[in-house]
Amino acid sequence: MAEFLITTVGLSEWLAWTVTAVIAAVLVLNVIAGGALVFIWAERKIAGRIQDRLGPTRTGGRFGWLQSLADGLKLLAKEDLMPEGADGMLFRLAPYVSFCASFCAFIALPFAFDFIGCRLNVGVFFVVAVLGLEVFGVILAGYASASKWSLFGAMREAAQVVSYEVPLGMCVVVPVMLAGSMDMVTIAEKQAGWFTNWYLFHDPFTFVIFWVYVTCAVASVNRAPFDLAEAESELVAGFHTEYSGLRWSYFFMAEYGSMFLVSAMAAVLFMGGWNGPIPVASLLGLSEGTGDTANYFVRLLGMFNLLGKATLGVLVMMWVRWTLPRLRIDQVMTTCLKYCTPIAAAMFAGAMLWQLFLPGGLVPGLDRPAGEIREGWLEGPGGRGAAAPAASDEKVAQVISSQVNP
Amino acid sequence: MRGPAFLEKLEAALPGAVTGRNLEALDPWIEVAPERIADVSRWLKESSEPRFDALECVTAVDWCEPDPKKAAKVAWQPRIEMVYHLWSTAARVSLVLKATLPRWKNDTPGELPEIPSVAGVWRTADWHELEVFDISGVNFIGHPDQRRILCPEDWEGYPLRKDYEMPLDYHGIRGR
Amino acid sequence: MAQLIDDDPRIIEFDVRTDEMLVNMGPQHPSTHGVLRLVLRTDGEVVSEVEPHIGYLHRCAEKIGENLTHRQWIPYTDRMDYLAAMNMNLGWALAVEKLMKYEVSEKARHLRVLIAELNRIASHLVGMGAYGLDLGTFSPFLYAFREREKILDLFEEACGARLTYSYITVGGLTADLPPGWLQKCEAFLDQFEPIIKEYHALLTTNAIFVKRTANIGVMSRELAIEYGCSGPVLRGSGVDQDMRRDGEAIYTAMYDGYAFEVAVMKDGHYPRDHEYPPVPADAVLGDCWHRFFVRMLEVVQSMDLVRQAIDRYSACKGTIGEPLKLTEKMPAGDAYLETEAPKGQMGFYLVSDGSAIPWRVRARSSSFSNLAVAPELCRGCLIADVPAIVGSLDIVMGEIDR
Repeated sequence: MAEFLITTVGLSEWLAWTVTAVIAAVLVLNVIAGGALVFIWAERKIAGRIQDRLGPTRTGGRFGWLQSLADGLKLLAKEDLMPEGADGMLFRLAPYVSFCASFCAFIALPFAFDFIGCRLNVGVFFVVAVLGLEVFGVILAGYASASKWSLFGAMREAAQVVSYEVPLGMCVVVPVMLAGSMDMVTIAEKQAGWFTNWYLFHDPFTFVIFWVYVTCAVASVNRAPFDLAEAESELVAGFHTEYSGLRWSYFFMAEYGSMFLVSAMAAVLFMGGWNGPIPVASLLGLSEGTGDTANYFVRLLGMFNLLGKATLGVLVMMWVRWTLPRLRIDQVMTTCLKYCTPIAAAMFAGAMLWQLFLPGGLVPGLDRPAGEIREGWLEGPGGRGAAAPAASDEKVAQVISSQVNP
Repeated sequence: MRGPAFLEKLEAALPGAVTGRNLEALDPWIEVAPERIADVSRWLKESSEPRFDALECVTAVDWCEPDPKKAAKVAWQPRIEMVYHLWSTAARVSLVLKATLPRWKNDTPGELPEIPSVAGVWRTADWHELEVFDISGVNFIGHPDQRRILCPEDWEGYPLRKDYEMPLDYHGIRGR
Repeated sequence: MAQLIDDDPRIIEFDVRTDEMLVNMGPQHPSTHGVLRLVLRTDGEVVSEVEPHIGYLHRCAEKIGENLTHRQWIPYTDRMDYLAAMNMNLGWALAVEKLMKYEVSEKARHLRVLIAELNRIASHLVGMGAYGLDLGTFSPFLYAFREREKILDLFEEACGARLTYSYITVGGLTADLPPGWLQKCEAFLDQFEPIIKEYHALLTTNAIFVKRTANIGVMSRELAIEYGCSGPVLRGSGVDQDMRRDGEAIYTAMYDGYAFEVAVMKDGHYPRDHEYPPVPADAVLGDCWHRFFVRMLEVVQSMDLVRQAIDRYSACKGTIGEPLKLTEKMPAGDAYLETEAPKGQMGFYLVSDGSAIPWRVRARSSSFSNLAVAPELCRGCLIADVPAIVGSLDIVMGEIDR
C-alpha cells in the first residue's frame, strides 16, 4: 500500500506511511465499533430468543437492526455524570484505557493471509499482553469512582484477570509450540487444508487445551459465568456503577471488542484461522498463481471464514451467558488455580511429548494438508506475501516444507 | 393439654404468675402478671408439656377511647394489652399469653409502660418487640437493641396508640 | 519505646493494616427484592455482619385497618404480599370468619382452595425466577414469568385484576368463575407440567447453581424454630409443619379430603409422589438449595391440589353464595389465625369491640420473621452469598413493612 502510494501516486515516504497507517487504523477501529454494534444487537436478539421473547423488533425496520445505533445515540445524549468524590482525571481516563487496550490488540490480528494491521513475529505474545492491559482501565474505573461497589468490582477484576492470564498463557503456548512460531499468520497457515489439520484435532492434548482456552478466554473478558466484576446482583454494576453515557459505552465496546478478539484468537490458534473446514479456495482451483483478482478473492473468502469462526465464538459466549448462573469469586479462583492451570500445564507437557514421539500423528497422512501447499504463496511470485518480513518468511517456508516433505 | 391440668403445673412452678384465664375463648388465653412474663415464657418453652418452642406473634392492643363522649360509655378500663401467640411445633397446639400494662408508666403521658423482654427466650421476639415498641409504645426491659424498626429513627409518637395524632410536619413534609 | 514510636509523627504505620468497611446494600440495589437495606460489615469479600434495615415500604396498614370495616380492609391485605394476594385475602377472610363463626358454602371452599393454590404456584414461580436472578442467571426468571403471566390471565378473567385481586373476601368470594374458566385452567396445568423439568435443568440440578447454593446459609432446625421461621424456609430445615395440615380447624377444614404430602425431607428423602431430581451430594439440610427445592416441590404439590379442587368444585351444585355485607357487625372478642401463605405462615390477629370496624388489626408477616434470621445466616459468608441467602428466604417487602 505504502509502496503503491510512493511509486504510483508519488507521495513522499513519511506521508505515504502515515496514510497507510491511518487507513489501517480506521479499518480496524471500524471493525471494533461496527462489530460492537452488530454484536450488541445480536446479543439482544439472541438473549431474547433464548428467553422466549423477541428482542428488539421495531427500530430500523423488521429485526430492530438499528437498535444499537439508537442506543448509541441515546448514550451520546445522556448527561455525563461524575460522582462528587471521584478522582476526575482517572475517572475520565479509565474508559479510554480499556478501549485502547482492546483496540490495540486488533493491530496484530490477521483477518486473512495478509489482511493484517501489522504483521508481528511475536503476534500472539503481543495480543495476549495488550489484552491484559484492559484490566487497568477497569481497576482505574473502580478506584476512581469513589464507590465501594466499584472498588469491589475492580478488586475482583484484578484478582481474576491476573490469575487467568497464567492458564491462558499456557494454552496459547501450545499452538505456538506446534507451529514453531509466534507469528499468528504462520500459525494459521500451518493449519491450512481440511479441518483435520486444525490444531484442535492435532492430538488429544490440544483438543483438551482448546476447552481450557475457551474457559480462560471467557474469564479473561469477564463474561458470564465469570462476570464477577459487574455482577449486577451483588455489586449493582461493579466497576462501571458510576459511569453513564458515552464513557460507559466505551467499556461496553471494549468488552465486545475483547470478546471478538479472544474468539478470533481461538480461531487462529486452534481452528485454522482463515483456512476453512473445507479448503474451498483450493478445491475451486484458485491459488496464488491464478492472478491478482483470484488472490484477492481467496483472501476475502478467508476473511469471511475467520470472521465467521470468531462470530461463532462470540455467539457461544452469549449463549453461555444467558444460560448459566454466576460463580462466586472463590469458586472462580478455584477453577483457575486448581483446575485450569494444572490441566493446561499437563496438556502442554502432553502436547510436547506427542510432538516429540508422534510427530506424524497416529494415522500418518491425516494431518497432511489435503489441498495444495501454500509454500508458493509465502515465497510469493511478486505477490503480497513478499511484503511480509523476509526473515520470518524464509523460516516459515522452511518449517512448512520440512513438514510436508520430511 | 390446654386444660386446667396444664395450668396447675404452671401455677405450681411459678406461683402467682397467672392472674387470669379464659380457656373457652376462640383462642384459649391465660393472663400473666407483666413482671413475670419472661419467667412464664421460659417455663413454657423449656419445662412445660408440650413445649411451646415457637413464638409466632407479639402484639400490643391499645384500649383507649380518645373521644371523651364515647369514653364515658365504654365498659373497659384504658390499658395496653400485650398479646403473645405461642406455638408448639411438636404437639401443634397454640397458646395465647396476655399481659396488661398501664397506658403510661405512673400515669405520666410520654413515659412508656415497661415489660420484661422475651427476646432472650425466643429470638422471634427480637424484631416483634421492636415493632411493638415502634408503633405501640411499650418499653421492653432487657431488649438487646431497642430502636425504631418501621418508622424513621426520629419519628415522634407511637402511631398505633388510639390517641396518636399525626405530626403536622416532618422535615418539611406536610403530615396532615 | 512504644511511647516514642506512637508519638513520632513521621512514622505512620509499620505494617499493612486492613480495615473493615461498611457497605450499604440497598435500598436501591438490584437484588434486595424491593426496598430492603442491608448494612454489611465486610473485610474484603468476607461479610462479618449483616444488619437489615426495614420500613421503607411501611404504609400503616394496621392503623388503616382500625378505621375500616373488615371487608373494606381486604384490598389492604392485597398489598402485603402482592405476589400472593389471594392467599393474603384468604388469611384475613378466614380470621374474620373465625371470629364471626361463619362458614362458607362448600363450593366457595373448593374455589378458595383452587385460587389460593394457583396463586401459590405464581408466587413460587416469582421466588424461583428471582432467585436465579440473584445468582446471576437471567433466563429462568423470564421462563418463570412467562408461566406466571398465564396464571395472571386466569385470575384476570376470574376477578378482573392481575395483581391485587380482592377476590377472596369475608364470607366467600366476590364472584363465581366465568364459564369455560376451568377448561382453561386445566389446559394451563397440562401445558405447565413438563416445563417444571426445564426449571430443574436450568437451576435445581445445574452444577453452578448447586455450587452457589449447597451448604450455603445452613439453618438448623432449632434455629429455624427459634426465629419463628415458617413456610418453605422452615420446611427447608427439615421441620415437618404445614398449616394446611397442622393449622386450626377452620383452615384445615378447607383442605378436608384433599390428598397432599407436605414437602419436607423426612428420613432422608423428600416425598416420592412425583419424579424429582435427586438431592446433590453437597447439599446439607437447611441450606439455600433445600429451601429452593422445597419451593419447587410445592409447585408440583399445588398443581395436584388445583386439579383436585377443580374436580371437587365442578362436582358441587348450587352457587358459591354471597359474601357478607360490608357493615356486618362482628362479635366482641379476639381471634388469631395463621394460614399457610406461599412465603410462610401468615397470621392475622383481630380484636373487635362489637362493631363492624375492628378495634385492632395485626398482620403477623411470615417474611418479617424469615428475614430476621438473615444476620445469623450471613455471618462470615462472602458478599456474593448475601443475595444467595436473602434470596433463598424469598421475602416480599410489602409484607414485611406492611
